Amino acid sequence: MCLAVPAKVIEVSGTKAKVDLGGATHEADLTLLGQAEIGEYLLLHAGFAIARLDAQEAEKTLEIFREMEGEVSKRLQ
Amino acid sequence: MKSLSGYSDASLCKKLAGYIKRLAKDLGRPVSFMEVCGTHTMAIFRFGLRQMLPSEVHLISGPGCPVCVTPPSYIDLAIEISKIDGVIIATFGDMVRVPGTHSSLEKEKARGADVRVVYSPLGALEIARKNPEKRVVFLAVGFETTAPTVAAGVLRARQEGLKNFHILSGHRLIPPAIRALLAAGSNVDGFLLPGHVSVIIGSGPYEFIPKEFGVPAVVTGFEPVDILLALRMLLSQMSEDRQEVEIEYNRAARPEGNEKALEMLYKVFEADEGQWRGLGRIPESALSLKHDFRFLAAEGVFDIALGPSREPSGCRCGEVLRGVLEPEECGLFGTSCTPQHAIGPCMVSSEGTCAAHYKYERSPAPLERA
Ligand code: SF4
Repeated sequence: MCLAVPAKVIEVSGTKAKVDLGGATHEADLTLLGQAEIGEYLLLHAGFAIARLDAQEAEKTLEIFREMEGEVSKRLQ
Repeated sequence: MKSLSGYSDASLCKKLAGYIKRLAKDLGRPVSFMEVCGTHTMAIFRFGLRQMLPSEVHLISGPGCPVCVTPPSYIDLAIEISKIDGVIIATFGDMVRVPGTHSSLEKEKARGADVRVVYSPLGALEIARKNPEKRVVFLAVGFETTAPTVAAGVLRARQEGLKNFHILSGHRLIPPAIRALLAAGSNVDGFLLPGHVSVIIGSGPYEFIPKEFGVPAVVTGFEPVDILLALRMLLSQMSEDRQEVEIEYNRAARPEGNEKALEMLYKVFEADEGQWRGLGRIPESALSLKHDFRFLAAEGVFDIALGPSREPSGCRCGEVLRGVLEPEECGLFGTSCTPQHAIGPCMVSSEGTCAAHYKYERSPAPLERA
């Protein structure tokens, strides 16, 4: 029930945003987040945006893993 | 978002599983990690992660399915309210089929009760606006992820002067439940902490886990790579003899949480003692409406004398929720209790542990253990 899904902001008006969720347009209430910018990704839960997703952090986590993985395979060679 | 697709990359998963295996072997003893959240349980089963792990790493499901931990007395109360003339019950879908002591909302609906499924508290508000002559009771169930959305709905109802909108608060809080499990002597070696609860509360409220109980914990996302990365982080903490709360899900969850959502939550609600299925009464583990909003509490509006509430006979959901019993050990599992004919909430809820085991463990040929 704590399921939340990432959705991309396509329009903002006041405390509401139109978001794209896998090709379908939904409305997201921004009350719990403050504001949002077009093009950014929000995490949606029960009609509300509860967080913004940080693409850089997402990429960094994967990068760290890939590097770490690289070292491990080097060590094993 | 390109960077998100990387989180379900199968070859990354395989590599991670290999890394986990090495760390576990080095550790030289079997370990048990608990995934607290029902959404994690479903992800773990859907992606077959248990089968990818070495036999030394054991995953246990915890009390993180809101519908499952809701005690029968709450469901009985909701059922009694649904029988009152002029009442509309608005609820998340999972609650409808949960059996109470004598009935369920689904059965009451078949007998004529007005029970409507909504996806958001805003949907319940909309029903209240459209039906001014009826009283709408929203079944406010869920953890810290959901409670701020309900708080926002309550604030809006007050702002609009909606007189016919009420809530029955069944909200529960995750950190006190983890504390209760640890205090009862759980031998869990580490926790996968719920990512979306943590988006709201941050990592601070979990600090007692390493500090008071010496147990590592990692705030975890819901993609297969997230879960495997978090397991690796737990194993690293163990092998380096560190005990901390770390955040793997840092693209969404921050140490401070969502301060705006928390502010709204605690404007409307306050922490209170709460009854949990399987875990008993836990201090400061439930949310009650604060004094200023108590006029919205359904308990105060309807005067209902409840008889004693009982758990379904033979159902061992409580032990499943504490992580001390696997669903297969329940005598009713897969025979008289199936998703089509569920006896307890752990089979009813789409993220219940019994439902996850039924749906995925019984499927043909599990992948070979890594
Ligand atoms: S299998 Fe059914 S009866 Fe047994 S514990 Fe799970 S929900 Fe309860």
